[in-house]
Amino acid sequence: MGFIRRLNDIPREEYFAPGHAFCAGCGITSIIRMVLKAYEGPKIIVNATGCMEVASTLYPRTAWKVPWIHSAFENAAATAAGIEAAFKILNRKYGYNKKVHVIAFGGDGGTFDIGIQALSGALERGHNFTYICYDNEAYMNTGIQRSGATPMGAATTTSPAGRVIPGKPQGKKDLVFIAAFHKIPYVATLNPAFMQDMYNKLVKASQIEGPKFLHYYTPCPTGWRFDTSHSIKIARLAVQTRFFPLYEIERGKLRITVDIKKPKPLEEYLKLQGRFRHLLEPENKHIVDALKEEIERNWQRLKMLSQLDFIY
Amino acid sequence: MEVKVERQIRTGLNGDEAVAYAAYHADVDVIAAYPITPQTIIVERLSEFVHDGLLDAEFIPVESEHSALSAVVGAAASGVRTFTATASQGLALMYEILYIASSLRLPIVMALADRALSALINIHCSHDDAYAARDSGWIEFFAENVQEAYDLVIAAFRVAEDKNISFPAIVNLDGFILSHSIEPLYIYEGQDVVREFLPRREPIVKLDPDKPITIGALALQNYYIELKRAQAEAFEATPPYIRKILREYSEFSGRKYDFIKKYMIDDADIGFLVLGSTAGTMRHVVRKWREKGRKVGLISLTLYRPFPVDDFRDAVKGLKKLVIMDRSYSFGSPYAQLYMDVAATLYDEPEKPDLINVIYGLGGRDFNEYTAEEMWEKINRPGVKKIWVGVRGD
Repeated sequence: MGFIRRLNDIPREEYFAPGHAFCAGCGITSIIRMVLKAYEGPKIIVNATGCMEVASTLYPRTAWKVPWIHSAFENAAATAAGIEAAFKILNRKYGYNKKVHVIAFGGDGGTFDIGIQALSGALERGHNFTYICYDNEAYMNTGIQRSGATPMGAATTTSPAGRVIPGKPQGKKDLVFIAAFHKIPYVATLNPAFMQDMYNKLVKASQIEGPKFLHYYTPCPTGWRFDTSHSIKIARLAVQTRFFPLYEIERGKLRITVDIKKPKPLEEYLKLQGRFRHLLEPENKHIVDALKEEIERNWQRLKMLSQLDFIY
Repeated sequence: MEVKVERQIRTGLNGDEAVAYAAYHADVDVIAAYPITPQTIIVERLSEFVHDGLLDAEFIPVESEHSALSAVVGAAASGVRTFTATASQGLALMYEILYIASSLRLPIVMALADRALSALINIHCSHDDAYAARDSGWIEFFAENVQEAYDLVIAAFRVAEDKNISFPAIVNLDGFILSHSIEPLYIYEGQDVVREFLPRREPIVKLDPDKPITIGALALQNYYIELKRAQAEAFEATPPYIRKILREYSEFSGRKYDFIKKYMIDDADIGFLVLGSTAGTMRHVVRKWREKGRKVGLISLTLYRPFPVDDFRDAVKGLKKLVIMDRSYSFGSPYAQLYMDVAATLYDEPEKPDLINVIYGLGGRDFNEYTAEEMWEKINRPGVKKIWVGVRGD
């Protein structure tokens, strides 16, 4: 199939079975289903410990119709590296003769924080694999603790909206650029409300040799405290407010794939989510201002970098 | 026993080089390792074999030991032959993945150049790391010399990959004492010779796009204990298969391997039990003490995990006293690690020797004839149960 021109072009066949234990409104299943469709041919999935792993493989059942392995929390990239090496050998030494996609999934805790070393090592060594971080901006599986991906001001169970410290004081780490500056051939951001953009980036990633890093924004009704019917609406607002820009860097060339010429007010995004509710109190206006400044700086940076022929 | 030395070469290697040659001759497919003294030479030699085109393998120069073991977990789950090596702090960093490798029944072989755990940082031999792995479901061998390090790595691949076993295996060699000492040994002429004993791995299950399976699922209160019980039973059922392979290897190599080694033990009153290279020193000491009329003997373990319970009970029959020498310490336990295995093994025996625990050699402190003499003096003091030897100021 390859690239799509409209959503109807997405193949109908499913490789991820229903009956799993994901929350209603969770964005994770969308990325799983699309990856399994967009990466054509043989594939092996590596999963870090986290929501995706526990909700899809509760023994003795599994939702995966493709080979799947979970080892530990911080080592999905290293495990994937071993699998990639094994299939290289199977092809070279034992005549296996099949190209096998190796795709690792980790949450933001497993990627931004505890797994960043293994990820960095695997990217630097140049393994031919894809690492996808599904980012719900906190340790949701263990009960909504703050991570390096949690945005400034967001309330989590370890960065509560307290009277003295209202939410997470620090901003979000820019993992896409950290990954990109390993000088890998492809990085991209993905969002389930922009399915065609996401699907075509997956197809592109599947066709590129070398390490690929994809950053997927996944709304979490449980952790962000919103009505489950608002998942895609919130995901869309994240892009429309420039909170989560959609772009890709292909062999050093940055391209904004969904341009937001007139961003919506950030408050529209914040007010739908319980984790940000305290920020709309007048005394916390300075935090919203800081968030807005961070978003603006980030967008301007992307815009400027997109003018260049290459950034690495 | 047919000795096929005509297909072996007499040479001189240090322990690390011997291990690297063993992995090379075993035609390993994927190696992932991180440098740490005193294991580093293994990694360096294997890199050379791969970069010079002698060994057709993928060498993954990972960024940590945690990733080393994680990568070989992924590779082993894909069905190929895998190897890693580490020591001390590296093993400690791998600790989380040790249990995963064994619980997923992945036949990884690891060489462990035994080294003391920090603090204080020390790069020399203790058995802290070997003992740290003892509960994790890995088979553990101890090499006494460089020849054994070479042989046991080759045998460990057959053991780990055997369909009746399918557990990972560690081959311990004493850091520096073996890893960096050049000794004469026989090695095979090459991979073709070893392949007769060790054919290509045939995995029972693997990550296969044509036959998808889920590996490493979540098992909660309703299944976990049954799965652990099954794993325990499978692990406890391995000794007969390990023995069979060691016998086959003995025939193949012309060098005898079994679970335990005994020296002058049958008519001895006082037995000494050791792991690793100290067996060589103690064999010399026992011989000398026999000349002095001391009725002593020696037992050393080649197989440490699973603990060779039956062989061990047999070996100590008739002893009045058994001195268990531990090159490590278990803080807060009544005795050090090997002693506790022995005490548990002998507890139900109607007749058993008095047990004494000797702590020796930590951080590479030399154990020699003089230390042995100090040990002799101390174990013959009345009522002694646990002593340290070779400690300055004692």
